[in-house]
Amino acid sequence: MGKAKDSAVEERPKWGNKTQYLLTSIGFAVGLGNVWRFPYLCQVHGGGAFLIPYLIALVFEGLPLLYLELAIGQRLRLGSVGVWNSISPLLGGLGIASTIVSLLVSLFYNTILAWVLWYFFHSFQEPPPWKNCPINANLTGYIVECEKSTPVNYFWYRETLNITPDIEISGSLQWWMVLCLISAWFIVYICVIKGINSIGKAVYVTSTFPYLVLTIFLIYSLTLPGATDGLTYLFTPKWDKLLNPQVWLDAATQIFFSLSVAFGGLIAFSSYNPERNNCERDALLVGIINSATSLYASIPIFSILGFKANNAFLSCMDKNILALTNEFNMPDQNITVDNYDHWVNYLHQTYPDQFSEVSLNPNCSLQTFLEESASGTGLAFIAFTEAVIAMPVSQIWAILFFVMLFSLGLSSMFGNMEGVLTPIKDLKVLPKWLPEEIFTAMAFLLCCAVALIFALGSGNYWVEVFNTYVGSVPLLIIALFELISVIYIRGMKTFSDDIYFMTGRRPNFFWKACWMFISPALLLVVFIAYVVVQAQQHPTYPAWNPDHDEFPKTEKKPYPDWVFAIIILLSSVPVIPIPLVAIYRLIRRKMRRSSYNNNQRP
Amino acid sequence: MLDKILFLLCLASALADERCMPDTPHGFQVRLSIKTALGDEAYAWNENEMFLFRATLAFAMRNHMTGQQFNVSNIVVCDETERVSFWFIVTSPLDTSQLIDQENVEAAIRRSRNRINSAFLLTDKTLEFVDILPTLGTPYVHPTPPWLIAFGVVMGAVGAGIIIMLVSSAVQKKLKTNKKPQDKDEDDEEETRVKTMENGVARDGVYNMSFSEDERFTAM
Repeated sequence: MGKAKDSAVEERPKWGNKTQYLLTSIGFAVGLGNVWRFPYLCQVHGGGAFLIPYLIALVFEGLPLLYLELAIGQRLRLGSVGVWNSISPLLGGLGIASTIVSLLVSLFYNTILAWVLWYFFHSFQEPPPWKNCPINANLTGYIVECEKSTPVNYFWYRETLNITPDIEISGSLQWWMVLCLISAWFIVYICVIKGINSIGKAVYVTSTFPYLVLTIFLIYSLTLPGATDGLTYLFTPKWDKLLNPQVWLDAATQIFFSLSVAFGGLIAFSSYNPERNNCERDALLVGIINSATSLYASIPIFSILGFKANNAFLSCMDKNILALTNEFNMPDQNITVDNYDHWVNYLHQTYPDQFSEVSLNPNCSLQTFLEESASGTGLAFIAFTEAVIAMPVSQIWAILFFVMLFSLGLSSMFGNMEGVLTPIKDLKVLPKWLPEEIFTAMAFLLCCAVALIFALGSGNYWVEVFNTYVGSVPLLIIALFELISVIYIRGMKTFSDDIYFMTGRRPNFFWKACWMFISPALLLVVFIAYVVVQAQQHPTYPAWNPDHDEFPKTEKKPYPDWVFAIIILLSSVPVIPIPLVAIYRLIRRKMRRSSYNNNQRP
Repeated sequence: MLDKILFLLCLASALADERCMPDTPHGFQVRLSIKTALGDEAYAWNENEMFLFRATLAFAMRNHMTGQQFNVSNIVVCDETERVSFWFIVTSPLDTSQLIDQENVEAAIRRSRNRINSAFLLTDKTLEFVDILPTLGTPYVHPTPPWLIAFGVVMGAVGAGIIIMLVSSAVQKKLKTNKKPQDKDEDDEEETRVKTMENGVARDGVYNMSFSEDERFTAM
């Protein structure tokens, strides 16, 4: 009898203290998306007005899901596979689904960390390598691809990724990327090597350092010219945007993915908690700190983007002013940015023929440059690096920024990898003689080897594929099943008792209403809307093709059929275990019951 | 006599003026943006500055065409505007009616561009010779790329850390197994029995028959 239960109770590792647990969970939730996705969404979805759908989604969808995961993990004290197995063996597939998703996400997420490492290593160079175009072989001019686009773009697409013009052209392994990729996996390994004992210590740095850097950037960026323009543009609410359902969908999906629910990592982390721990307060803390971090991060990001827009505006105006000054041979600096319009009118009226000869850029307005939006890798590696060039002592700012990005991503990687390792350890399929560290090393080696796909020339396109299709629909399905499993299969009453046992009071009406009706309904709506939006058009991807007519604009290419098949696989393979395991267990149970009825038990 | 000299002078200057004009095929246009470059410390453009320019250009010509003693008078300037822009041509010191061709002038300016710029505290952009593109400086090629150095340092530290942790945990495990080979199993069983009781109390309810691994159940 005892042996059957030892998977649940035998010497489970424990957190060193509550702070480690909280920092790890916060670090898992707070990731790259808080810095480079939320500000972008705020910008395109009406500025301050976006906070309304965002907060509604947080309260009615994010916090209940978070509380549920932390509570069930802490109560049943198992990783994701074990937890769902405990509730009902038919649900074993749910844990496997979480594990597969965590694994797939780890693969491409660490590639992003490898890119961050690459930029970090290059930040020590003065001048930054993305500042100037490299000179061509015979020293007559700059490299054509760089001249047509910008040095920053060239450094990212050519010198970092060496990207191919098409996802079908795989190119070769880029040795420098392989080095960075191996480094990233090594660094994650050394932090995860002893499970939560080492993670708990690593998070003291990786979870707190980003806040320090964000504060430094906040203070510095507010002193930059153009910062206030960026901030006013960001926070001015455009209420009419709220009428667009896409805004609400984006808010719901952002909250969902930002909190990193359904990965199994949170369940794993809370399973190492002592049994009587106030998980309600933990959930509220993690959820609110995650959203607060998003808001906090958007302030320096937008100040810096405002600074960049201001610079672009001034340089555009300077070009126009120079053209006019040269054409009309006026004294230098007579035309300035302030009296530009006045001069243009005067010259246009007085010398219309000569004026029309001058080639002026008509799109020189601050608004145009502010509206250029960037998210994801475009924000970090293109927009931000361009802004950093214009700052004094660019090296320090670049180093700080990339270390911050690395910390953010690293703490999220802990959750991703723990979502994979904890269930496998809990399944007890490993031989006893295999030390934990060696097993972890083998898992990491395997992941690193598979992740080499992303070090190919077409790697960036594959990261986009994984990012869009693995980290979206499967998670929504898993979260929906999680809700149904805990509330309806385990039962609201049993779950309330669990929470009473752990925290000393039953969940109040708000939580119950959310778990039973509001959150599942919201998730269902989000899921359906998401699938409908995705299915409306054949998916395309932006390709960097130097031979394209509109270069340096990216070329929109449709995914070829075999890639499309892989996309379908990526979306469905993680969720297939859910029905498969249920059917398998049902059949086994029926077979066992019939054989039980046939043979009388001793 | 005086008439003749006057006539010759007029002719000479007329000739010089004719050859120096906007869009002349023998010279170049120059544009200076002093206020842009120096802001508040900008100096005013006057005859003395022009004299310096002609002297600097003569210096450049001397450097390029060694042996020929160019003088300030060999640099002819015209069409000065408020922009501060003007055209200039270069006459040969040996025969003022001969103009130095554009290629030589361009080569001379290219060679001494830095010196010309610094004479006026300006840069390639703010002292613009129209149609003479500034030569691109050869980029400094590091013997070892700096990023590899940073990479080596970080990876060295991480690799050392990993090895230390693996070795220390292996050593710890060896010490543990040497100390307590016997007591461990007994403790485990007691713990599991105790914890089973706890869970049983908290989780009231019927033991779920389908919850257990088949093999262990039937094995008992």
